Amino acid sequence: MCSLEKQKNIFILRRTGHGEHRFNPEFMDSIISAIAYVNQNAHQASAIIVTNDGKYFSNGLDLEWMSHDKEIRTQAVGDKFVELLAAVMSLKLPSIAAVCGHACAAGFIFALAHDYRFMRNDRGFLYMSEVDVGMTIPPSVMSVISSKVDSRHLTEVMLGGLKYGAQEALRKGLVDSSHESPDETLGAAINVAVEFGKRKCKGEVYLGLRLGAFPEAAEKLGIRSVSVLPSRL
Amino acid sequence: MCTLEKRGKVYILTLVGDNEEDEHRLNPTSFDAIANALKEVEQSPDAAALVTTNAGKYFSCGIDMNWIGESPHDRMDVVLEKLENMLASFMRINVPTVAAIRGRAVSGAYMLALAHDYRFMTQGSGELYMCELDLGLPIPKGMLTLIRSKLQPATLRDVVLRASKLDAQLAFEKGILDGVFEDKAATLEAAVKEAEKLAARGWEREIYRGFRLATFPGVAEALDINVPYVVPASFHF
Repeated sequence: MCSLEKQKNIFILRRTGHGEHRFNPEFMDSIISAIAYVNQNAHQASAIIVTNDGKYFSNGLDLEWMSHDKEIRTQAVGDKFVELLAAVMSLKLPSIAAVCGHACAAGFIFALAHDYRFMRNDRGFLYMSEVDVGMTIPPSVMSVISSKVDSRHLTEVMLGGLKYGAQEALRKGLVDSSHESPDETLGAAINVAVEFGKRKCKGEVYLGLRLGAFPEAAEKLGIRSVSVLPSRL
Repeated sequence: MCTLEKRGKVYILTLVGDNEEDEHRLNPTSFDAIANALKEVEQSPDAAALVTTNAGKYFSCGIDMNWIGESPHDRMDVVLEKLENMLASFMRINVPTVAAIRGRAVSGAYMLALAHDYRFMTQGSGELYMCELDLGLPIPKGMLTLIRSKLQPATLRDVVLRASKLDAQLAFEKGILDGVFEDKAATLEAAVKEAEKLAARGWEREIYRGFRLATFPGVAEALDINVPYVVPASFHF
């Protein structure tokens, strides 16, 4: 499923195993729980890195699981995915997706919900497959995409059905850096996380700035505004 | 403080101080001076463009924290309200605006630059820096609305969520600036030239104002809402 470890003072949430890491309610709940734990202990850490074993960051929603009871399970997965995106956007410290494999559809959107994206360039691509598969994206989920994708490239990303390797993703601003291997990708993410640790990038102020920078996503994902900070005045 | 001069149809508002090293910190006196200058431009029948620039080393290092610190309980809200009013005034002014940033621009002054239609900056003169995260301070909603309206997502993230200090060249690459120039004289000259080009289009001023407000909807309205600012307990003036 997923493992949560701490290296130096950085949380690393890893989707384990060599499967496709497709999202079904149980899997998403395990990630949401890990995120809740990280939030409770955010004061002790400098960042969270979310990464994966194997060839897939995430290949999207678990369509196979959904097919067994289509109507009910589609609703359940849809609702839970919004909850997952809200959890990522509510993290009280910087979030870095170390994308070490394919990130397709919901997997791509999950990566976009993070503050930073680092990606391996030896294999794997970002792919918004919905247009090819014929799936619609609800406004709540769309708000994450439009918050994070440069408007110059939004049409192509949403309607072009293209597969972006790390280099192309970097050119289009979909990721922040590309690296030669999974180890290098994770290493780069750790270096950046250490840099964050030296500054005040955490807590209610950081969360407030993130939600203030992306208020449409905050609203559509149902994230309630941060509580008023006590003043010493 | 500021001076206002007129060159043909272009007004030039210059942030000035006591000497070269003056940080042009924004306090009620400076805000009032700027407001008066804007009023004059607004009401001038043949004004067709406005350039905002600075003398000395710095564009402006932001709001006057020393002045606020003497009585933070009331002065912080006074300054922030005046800052929001100033930013809204620039969004509402009825001529095209060009910022000639010839020195470091921090926080409120950075927002002032963003409130202009065009931004030119002198390479090597200093950095653009939204320092709030580093100080552990929230950014009021209206100001965030302005910042969001002018920056692409990844740049927005770097500016607000990473408090990146950007020199002119980097800021240009991130789409924050429209031009980068070798020295201060060239920067102002280019800004004035750009302002003259815009002035020569002969646009209806009220139509231009309406277009700007429609292009960046909700920004002026959000700046009009002044919410009392809560300074985090951990912050020290």
